[in-house]
Amino acid sequence: MTDYQHYHWEITAQHKLLDLKLQDTWAYRDLLWLLVRRDFVATYKQTILGPLWYLIQPVFTTVIYTLVFGGIAGISTEGLPGPLFYMAGITMWNYFADCLNKTSTVFRDNAGIFGKVYFPRLIMPLSIIISNLVRFVIQLLLFLAFMVFYDFSGANIQPNVYMLLFPLLVLMMAGLGLGCGMIISSLTTKYRDLAFLVTFGMQLLMYGTTVIYPLSAAPEKYKWIVVANPMTGIIETFRYGFLGRGNFSWELLGYSALFATIVFAAGIIVFNRVEKKFIDTV
Amino acid sequence: MPTVIKVENLSKAYQIGQIGTGTLQSDFRRWYAKARGKEDPFLKIGETNDRTTKSEGDVVWSLKDINFEIEQGDAVGIIGRNGAGKSTLLKILSRVTAPTTGKITGNGRVASLLEVGTGFHPELTGRENIYLNGAILGMRKKEITHKFDEIVDFAGVERYIDTPVKRYSSGMYVRLAFAVAAHLESEILIVDEVLAVGDAEFQKKCLGKMGEVSKGEGKTVLFVSHNMAAVRNLCNKGIILKNGELNFKGTGEEAIDAYITNQIEVSKLSLNDLERRQTRNRLRFTDICFKDENGISKKDFIVGRFLEIEVSFIAIEELYMCKTLRVDVGINDIYGNRVTWASTAMLIDKIDPEKGSVSFIIQKILLNEGAYNVNLFCESNEGIEDWIENASGFNMLFEDFYKTGRRLPERQGVFVSEFQIFQ
Repeated sequence: MTDYQHYHWEITAQHKLLDLKLQDTWAYRDLLWLLVRRDFVATYKQTILGPLWYLIQPVFTTVIYTLVFGGIAGISTEGLPGPLFYMAGITMWNYFADCLNKTSTVFRDNAGIFGKVYFPRLIMPLSIIISNLVRFVIQLLLFLAFMVFYDFSGANIQPNVYMLLFPLLVLMMAGLGLGCGMIISSLTTKYRDLAFLVTFGMQLLMYGTTVIYPLSAAPEKYKWIVVANPMTGIIETFRYGFLGRGNFSWELLGYSALFATIVFAAGIIVFNRVEKKFIDTV
Repeated sequence: MPTVIKVENLSKAYQIGQIGTGTLQSDFRRWYAKARGKEDPFLKIGETNDRTTKSEGDVVWSLKDINFEIEQGDAVGIIGRNGAGKSTLLKILSRVTAPTTGKITGNGRVASLLEVGTGFHPELTGRENIYLNGAILGMRKKEITHKFDEIVDFAGVERYIDTPVKRYSSGMYVRLAFAVAAHLESEILIVDEVLAVGDAEFQKKCLGKMGEVSKGEGKTVLFVSHNMAAVRNLCNKGIILKNGELNFKGTGEEAIDAYITNQIEVSKLSLNDLERRQTRNRLRFTDICFKDENGISKKDFIVGRFLEIEVSFIAIEELYMCKTLRVDVGINDIYGNRVTWASTAMLIDKIDPEKGSVSFIIQKILLNEGAYNVNLFCESNEGIEDWIENASGFNMLFEDFYKTGRRLPERQGVFVSEFQIFQ
């Protein structure tokens, strides 16, 4: 006979503010991996190119940006080869944007499952973050290949020790994407309007980030908007560490880190509050 | 036996009507009331969830002040009419939604089967789905690996195990899904009418498995169903919910009997006053009467003898002109299964509404001993005119049908057949 006391549980109306249910989530870690695997397998079933699509998308975007923003609009890339400059921005931005977009619909997309089975709800957004990480790593390898290529063809690239901040940058992006996404998804269970806002809001936000232009090229008048955007610090640090260009400052990065932490904590709180009852309103 | 689940003062309120429009303002008022330490202005405690009456507030109590305990090894049947709160109770027990007040404490892992195949992905193979579904239900990967062959065997899908489930027949899909759930390592199993799917053979297999689980392995089973026969077979305890309140708790048999008696009591009202109906108020059933061959109204009839069902109604003149008009009498057994049906439409297109009544005369009623409920239904070419479920009921008694003095043993079918034997 199983040890009954071992699985003691309680269901009540009240809940703690910052109860992460980490122990519970840990017990379901197998589910996390299976969900990541499902995303990966299911997305590219019945496609010929399969995971190659992970690469095609950033390559095409890079080509377009190089033509439009570099070629036609002539925006500065701080002396870097255009493709390399844009790809750095795109790779980072895509990870953040994908995390946010996918988590922002997590309640609606999974209402079917959430309405029928209990498991720690946090598993779902976490699986999104990890699935996207797989994709991000593949795109990053492509970026590194580009770097090597341009290095050999004599472009002036100076990777430096700030590269080591990279894991921190990924963590910050994941925290930001997850936090914002969870707040939005929690609110959309009641107010559907936000779902519309997210789609084009993310487009607009990209132009408020240093994806297609360096911080130095931002007009003085509007620079504060760009700086206030927490993604700016992350992308600038990435470019600085890997390519040796850009505006790196500990203040900027610290600001992004603080912002990410707050948003992440707020996201968890809101998510936990909504998680228990969203099924009644969704 | 130790208590495994203890439910205390459990209540759950739902907001009915539109959610989302204008809620920003009410949300703000709610928040403001809370901030001042006042009670939520939108929650009015004390209203019962009777779906046949219109509620004053926007909030309805789907469950109200429920208390009960379940001991280890019990198989508990939860019965009640639609909307009585059965599913809400299961949802709270499965932690899908939180209660509004009260608490539940328990010991042991809970596996809930509110639906089979939750989380199945059509693009994944049977094998991948077994793992995914198992993990969603709370199994560890190595547990699933350990039971994998058993699951596949139970579902009977060996040949298709590496085929995407979107190519499965719906029967195979359901079998696989149930198989995963049936092999969960848990101490408490919560099942909601999932057995309504699949063919009869598979249903039997599922019921067998559940019986095995509760009787053999000492697990606790909570089972919601409309199928009284299944409840009778499976459950040793029973709980009746009525309008969100706990109406009865006792053994399985007692609960079923109480539920059935309750259903018949409901039908003692005068038909004319009954509000539990669907009508357009152009025609209204006013009375139903069961008579024997001498025209005497009564409730008990003898198997194989005469039965007249007289249905009275009033109709407005507008209806006199309609093209077709029919009255149906549906007879159900106490478990809600339709046993027979008589309709004027089988013989003529239109009954005469001016007459105010119609009689169905059955020379030889061959229903077996037991209690039966009657549904009344009237429809014109313009739609449903009046419809009452469980309008009334009558009893059948067995009295020497075969003229041999011998009685039919119990539970040998709903119908009595007339037959001769030759050798």
